[in-house]
Amino acid sequence: MILKVLKYSFSDLIRSRWSYVYLAFYLVLGFVLLFLNDNLSKAVITLMNIVVVLTPMIGTIFGIMYFYNSREFTELLLAQPIRRRTIFLGQYLGVSLSLSLSLVLGLGIPFILYGITQSSQIWDFATLLISGTFLTFIFTGLSIFIGLLNSNKIKGFGYAILMWLFFAVIYDGIFLISLVVFDDYPLDKFTLFASFFNPIDLSRIMILLKLDISALLGYTGALFQKFFGTGQGLIVAFTMLLLWVAGPMFLLVKKSSKKDF
Amino acid sequence: MRLTIVSILLFLLVQVGHTSTWNICSTCPMQTLEEAILKAAPLDTVRVQKGIYTCSDLELRKPITLIGEEGAVLDGLGTGYVLKILSDSVSISGFKIINSGRSYTKDFAAIYTYRANYFTLSNLEIVDPFFGILLEKSKNGTVINNLIYGVSKREADSGNGIHLWHCKNVFVENNEVYGLRDGIYLEFVDDSQVIENYTHNNLRYGLHFMFSNRDEYVDNVFENNGAGVAVMFSKFIVMKENRFTHNWGTASYGLLLKEIYDAEVIDNAFTENTIGIFIDGSTRINYTGNLFEQNGWAIKVSGGCYTNKFYENNFIGNSFDISYNSKMNDNSFNGNYWSDYTGYDLDKDGIGDVPYRPVKLFSYIVNNTPETIILLRSLFVDIINFSEKVSPVFTPDDLIDNQPSIMSF
Amino acid sequence: MIQLENITKRFGQLTVLDDISFAIENGGTFAVLGPNGSGKTTILKIILGMVLPQKGEVMVHDNRVLKTWNYRKEISYLPQIARFPDNLTVNELIRMIKDLRNMPSREEELIELLGLGKFLDKKLGNLSGGTRQKVNIVLTFMFDSPILILDEPTAGLDPVSLIRLKDLIEKEKAAGKIILITTHILSLVESLADEIIFLLEGNIHFRGSLEELAEKTGEKDLEHSIASLLE
Repeated sequence: MILKVLKYSFSDLIRSRWSYVYLAFYLVLGFVLLFLNDNLSKAVITLMNIVVVLTPMIGTIFGIMYFYNSREFTELLLAQPIRRRTIFLGQYLGVSLSLSLSLVLGLGIPFILYGITQSSQIWDFATLLISGTFLTFIFTGLSIFIGLLNSNKIKGFGYAILMWLFFAVIYDGIFLISLVVFDDYPLDKFTLFASFFNPIDLSRIMILLKLDISALLGYTGALFQKFFGTGQGLIVAFTMLLLWVAGPMFLLVKKSSKKDF
Repeated sequence: MRLTIVSILLFLLVQVGHTSTWNICSTCPMQTLEEAILKAAPLDTVRVQKGIYTCSDLELRKPITLIGEEGAVLDGLGTGYVLKILSDSVSISGFKIINSGRSYTKDFAAIYTYRANYFTLSNLEIVDPFFGILLEKSKNGTVINNLIYGVSKREADSGNGIHLWHCKNVFVENNEVYGLRDGIYLEFVDDSQVIENYTHNNLRYGLHFMFSNRDEYVDNVFENNGAGVAVMFSKFIVMKENRFTHNWGTASYGLLLKEIYDAEVIDNAFTENTIGIFIDGSTRINYTGNLFEQNGWAIKVSGGCYTNKFYENNFIGNSFDISYNSKMNDNSFNGNYWSDYTGYDLDKDGIGDVPYRPVKLFSYIVNNTPETIILLRSLFVDIINFSEKVSPVFTPDDLIDNQPSIMSF
Repeated sequence: MIQLENITKRFGQLTVLDDISFAIENGGTFAVLGPNGSGKTTILKIILGMVLPQKGEVMVHDNRVLKTWNYRKEISYLPQIARFPDNLTVNELIRMIKDLRNMPSREEELIELLGLGKFLDKKLGNLSGGTRQKVNIVLTFMFDSPILILDEPTAGLDPVSLIRLKDLIEKEKAAGKIILITTHILSLVESLADEIIFLLEGNIHFRGSLEELAEKTGEKDLEHSIASLLE
């Protein structure tokens, strides 16, 4: 049944103009980046800056927009013999998948045409797409959850954008300032720990592990060395991201089972 | 230089008239190296056939040529030096040398020269020595095509692959050294060349200069060493066309320059090092045609560096291009290619119309609070970098590339 | 059969339903009436499980159904406002609901009856309110469910369609189904309803047949009866 719900919200979405705009955006971005940069590694780096900020934003906006715009559809489904959980998970997966698909196709096509598969950058690029997909799922889930909490569209939209802003900028600002202020204390544990609580930081770190390992290994702390120097960092970041996907899904199911429509 | 050696040998040949060749093998009339060397006349050749020969602290006090044939192994029994060259015009080639001695008080080496000139050491394979080749107060020699390797774990109980002390005019070419402390080490060595060597996975440095002048090293590869190359307290060193890769770790770098004057760093490639070049108190150095790609810090400048010039270098995908620990700057960075450059070139002259500022505020923050490195490439960091770019407060405000190149070189 | 036991529903501070109980044992048409905001739609949605009460229990065919979902197979629901995903065509919507329900259906007959044929390939977003309501009706009546819940089914319908709708309801009633209906069209109530459930201030103020209502209020027509209930 969840597949049926997924199928319908997915087909509803891939019909909407916005999915194409999003797909087209990535296609254009990919081609332009490759056109402007003669080397792949530079394109990948630029892309990373964009993906880490943009996919959460798009996930947030699409998630909340879809939630409010598909109220009719939701109500229609709620009157059918379908579990609530199924309805919301199905819709959530529908949005996340269609966005992820736009991301993967939009960036994948230009880079594959450019020959990324034969290049040493393929793993960096793959990590980028995986992180972007994670972020899409996480932020779509969070924003649908915010939608469930707020019946008022304007409020919900505001909170969702605030949530994105928090994770994308504010969190790191507070993080950086506290690191600088508490400079005299041993900070490596705190640093690693604090970055686990922001999915954007986690995916950024996953990509840093590929692109900037040379710089990361310059840090003296043994904990950092272990985290970055071995496969451990990647495994931990990956696991944390999975938890970050599961968290909003859980909240979503919980909240949807209690809500009146 | 090799020409001189040849001409001297020719001259000697003419003098002596003829030389003899002595063969050594288990079934030959002559079975030990000691015997052959004792009997051989100056300028004679000793050919050692396949087999393992005990050879401990064997001193060569006359000009002689030792040739190891395929499978000829010299076993030092782990007691001291294997071969000691104490005469001019000695040539050794083709041996595999094992079990040279190890000591905390003496610098035992597989091959040791002292006040020996016009020597040639070639095609040797030296296995797990303390020091591989140790040259002291020797001039006009050649060390070529050798392979030296060990399995060193700690700096304290390991020696260097090729170690030169108070030497002049030595030619070190096409050697491979790995698993030792320093790959190649030069102290008080002048007018020498280090060419096309490959040193990797050594504990400390791939190549190490101390108090050496007018030397050059060209076309070497330094990979995965504790640090690539350290050049300290030396003048007029030419560093050309070398590759420094994968020198990773805390305070690890491709190239360390400490108290260096009047050097040239040309056409080298620095890729994936924690620090590409670490410059500490170096003056009048030209950096040109180098590639810095995907290093943590392409160049880290630490105090007291004056009138260095950086031009026509490529900086591509480094986490930080330039890092300074002070607001002072007396070096020029003009006409380089920076992959992070986002300006434009409206007049199409290949030079960006907006100057590039290679020192980021974030690199200053990371210098002070290393943990902040985890926020690298985050949006917040981009924002503060941007604000610093607009009005520099913490970084040298005159450190600008006024002619950033649009295309890489 | 449908049974509500001690249902209390509050939205924030506002108590919409205050300890309401009633049971519908047999088939027939039941009009849920009351002033605006008296909780008519809320009651219907509680039966459907779309709104969850703070207190009380809902039984459908003697099973507790709160927080379950499978019982909705027994119910067809016509929501108050006909809103559908804009990007779907009428045809796709019907096929989707059929696909989700997986039950025998008779949509062709209804499409014919309501004259929806020429709209089948139009997107729902482009349809007028009345046409959408017709689609709503098709979706509701195309399955053979023992319980029908109709929330303002007449909204935006033209007189012809209104007559068709009445006929449809009559037929379902004749088939012995339970039909719960809210409406503002009192003539519809007069011609269809077997019983009236009148909600006021969170309680069932009156329940009984049209005759009983007339008797209680002493008024001749429904309009006046209801007006007097409100006094």
